[in-house]
Amino acid sequence: MKQSIFTIIENTPLTRDVMRMVLEGDTSAITASGQFVNIQLEGQFLRRPISVCDYDDQALTIIYKVVGKGTAQMQAMVPGEQLDILTGLGNGYDLSCAGDHPLLIGGGVGVPPMYNLAKKLVKMGEKVSVILGFNTKSEIFYEEEFKALGCDVTVTTVDGSHGVKGFVTNALPDTYSHFYTCGPEPMLKAVYKATTTSGQMSFEERMGCGFGACMGCSCKTLTGYKRICKEGPVMRKEEIAWNN
Amino acid sequence: MEQLKVNLCGIELDNPVIPASGTFGYGYEFAELYDINCLGTFSFKGTTKDPRFGNPTPRIAECTAGMINAVGLQNPGVEKVISHELPLLKKCFHKPVMANVSGFSVEDYAYTCEKLDKEEQVGWLEVNVSCPNVHGGGMSFGTSPEAAAEVTRAVKAVTTKPVIIKLSPNVTDIVSIAKACEEAGADGISLINTMLGMRIDLNRRRPVIANTMGGFSGSAIFPVAVRMVYQVASAVKIPVVGMGGVSSAEDVIEMMMAGATAVEVGAANLVNPYICRDIVSDLPRVMEKYRINNLKEIIGGVQLWGKM
Repeated sequence: MKQSIFTIIENTPLTRDVMRMVLEGDTSAITASGQFVNIQLEGQFLRRPISVCDYDDQALTIIYKVVGKGTAQMQAMVPGEQLDILTGLGNGYDLSCAGDHPLLIGGGVGVPPMYNLAKKLVKMGEKVSVILGFNTKSEIFYEEEFKALGCDVTVTTVDGSHGVKGFVTNALPDTYSHFYTCGPEPMLKAVYKATTTSGQMSFEERMGCGFGACMGCSCKTLTGYKRICKEGPVMRKEEIAWNN
Repeated sequence: MEQLKVNLCGIELDNPVIPASGTFGYGYEFAELYDINCLGTFSFKGTTKDPRFGNPTPRIAECTAGMINAVGLQNPGVEKVISHELPLLKKCFHKPVMANVSGFSVEDYAYTCEKLDKEEQVGWLEVNVSCPNVHGGGMSFGTSPEAAAEVTRAVKAVTTKPVIIKLSPNVTDIVSIAKACEEAGADGISLINTMLGMRIDLNRRRPVIANTMGGFSGSAIFPVAVRMVYQVASAVKIPVVGMGGVSSAEDVIEMMMAGATAVEVGAANLVNPYICRDIVSDLPRVMEKYRINNLKEIIGGVQLWGKM
């Protein structure tokens, strides 16, 4: 974990209420796809945890949905403004069990962490399939970006306005070596039931600190109590206990 | 620095800054960020006789200038704290530590305190009779003078180290409870624990916190804490540890002027993990600004208007 100041170099809308922000600064604490950052905002007491969509040596990209006061404040920020950010939080996805044909499933604002993961898996030479789930056509983002990485991309919309009609689980391929997913909990549950291989799922919870100090985001797993922010947010399918 | 030293129940602290229980784990997570030996001491995560998962999530709510938590004393239980956490803590912290203890019966408190009292790293026992997030325990012992005194007597009977009773602000008369603890043999009083609070999610028409209510902390409660520290410190002879919304060296000095011998920092650690280190290093500058030569001199030094 590292605390440092980042400078906004881009803050643009992708859809009506989903924004992409690119921040320049020290990204050295980020070690894996699927980790998150915790952002301090003027006038807000707690930081806002947001997953990392992509990163390199100089900058990181986040994609966030405007849902409350904190994210509305972020939406109003312009390039040149600075943010105090804790980086390198959480465990992130384990690439070593991907196999040669991994399946990535993102739902809504669960799509962003799949991007850097896909990039890395493609670079490793794997054949990457991606399913992106949205409610309706106007909410879709990053379809082209995933295609540009060379992934086999399927988009699903609940209302059928674009791609496959239905949920991400209506578009599962017949074969894949391992799955990675992030999205709302009902989607994670459906993916858990419908998938046939081992996999990794990223969870969300209201957090206090984001770095393991407050025990605000604990959950029960089959391998013991875990902090979503520290031992998570990524859990293995085999260890998940849904009835907590 | 000699000017920063204070004496808490017979043990000298290099400075009065103490991360509060529940915001600093068992120390070693923060030791990865900075050398935590710069602190006066710290109060480790509230420990109970048996392991606890705590309350269902969500346990956290954002508030104006603060937060609500309803963690519910998640901890691995005293046996595991002694076998696993304390050895890890020992590697990164070389000063006496404050052991924070909670319970669900008088016997629980005595059992856990007796065990931790024997650990050489433990300097003080901070007995939490004020957790608002557990039923049938915690705060219920801190809301009546008789119950608080009973816990104090039971713990004192089985321990040798200084016993500091941590009080709840969610009471009608905190002074009577502090005095009852002092009469029962407490070596110190710490206050305030969190204030009982609640938030409602307007979209879902539900409490934000799964447990409905939780403990409100953060800078918003600082004035309440200063007031209660002042009231208690004016009424008892034993040392008082002040806490509640402290987030700067100025806040530490204000708490001390109100009567605190040492000062705990809680919620602020969760927002800025370096805050306690920064407060310690900022203290000399702020002391100079307010012409304070030695921190010991300002304890309880507030001069009331009528008496100037």
